[in-house]
Amino acid sequence: MAQITLPKNSKIDRSAGKTFKAAAGARNVRAFKIYRYDPDTQANPRVDTYEVDMDTCGPMVLDALIKIKNEIDSTLSFRRSCREGICGSCSMNIDGTNTLACIKACGDVKGDVKIYPLPHMPVIKDLVPDMTHFYAQYTSIEPWLKTDTPAPTRERLQSEEDRAKLDGYYECILCACCSTACPSYWWNGDRYLGPAILLQAYRWLADSRDEATGERLDMLEDPFKLYRCHTIMNCAKTCPKGLNPARAIAETKKLLVERRG
Amino acid sequence: MSLRSPLSEARGLGSAKDGVGHWWMQRLSALALIPLSLWFVFSIARYHVADYPTMLAWIHAPLVAVALVLFFLAAFYHSALGVQVVIEDYIGNEALKIGGIALVKLAHFALAAASIYAVLKIAFGAL
Repeated sequence: MAQITLPKNSKIDRSAGKTFKAAAGARNVRAFKIYRYDPDTQANPRVDTYEVDMDTCGPMVLDALIKIKNEIDSTLSFRRSCREGICGSCSMNIDGTNTLACIKACGDVKGDVKIYPLPHMPVIKDLVPDMTHFYAQYTSIEPWLKTDTPAPTRERLQSEEDRAKLDGYYECILCACCSTACPSYWWNGDRYLGPAILLQAYRWLADSRDEATGERLDMLEDPFKLYRCHTIMNCAKTCPKGLNPARAIAETKKLLVERRG
Repeated sequence: MSLRSPLSEARGLGSAKDGVGHWWMQRLSALALIPLSLWFVFSIARYHVADYPTMLAWIHAPLVAVALVLFFLAAFYHSALGVQVVIEDYIGNEALKIGGIALVKLAHFALAAASIYAVLKIAFGAL
């Protein structure tokens, strides 16, 4: 269901934001405006401003977040792990676009660096969204190799050409930047699988070793699970790994047309 | 409050095993509408100052009548499919959604029937 405004208790209280000034003498100061929400109080979310001395900070937004948490305000919560764009933990909305904080350079942002959690997700605390439904949807597509042929004694073989069909899909790290940038996923995310999960589903449709293609297509052919995609293309535009989930969805739709002849 | 597991929520009622027909017909009708609407727009632009008997004579021509019927069929069919998608996208309330889609489909059928009847009445009538 389309929601144009936030629920009353999710609206940002602009007057409640705190400002943490940089130390006197800092010459290269950058302001980070960060969404804060504390579930332990009854207060609405607010936006805090942290002034960071960039001369003593790494180049990426995640470097600044870690510096803020270590040196300025230890109550700031966010997810992070690999700090090199492979784990997908630090996905958040930076400067108006969903991306990974660890591979987004502060230098690429003009003016203050505005950081919000992934859009249209329930917020657990600060920049930490609740990903439960997203992961359950991933489980629902059964993302593992399915075969009826008995397992060979060695590995299952795949030609180089067939392996190349997984390029552009196997690289997905499930950071959810694409799904949470998709208006269809905002309005109908309870049923629509969203670009990330549909790209993952296609990764198994495209795998020459998988023997459950028909069963997978059966599961996907649904007005809501698949056909909420209207080729808006926010997914491809925002993907921090440069992938194109919209193409995976289009390929799935083509397979469904091909199947009915 | 629900204690259903997240996986149960995600699976929901399962797949409708439907949707490819709707998607394909929306593309096919769009394809048909490219020449038909171009022809329709240019014809109306050409005849918009014509008087009543000229208009009647134009619709009376067999090829024009057939093209008009095809145009109305494709346009109302395409529109019904499109408006259904808009309702599914933006209306969350189940009763409103199903009621809205039913209403829209019936209205499109009625409008298509009226348009086609009007064309045929002129086409088969005396000049």
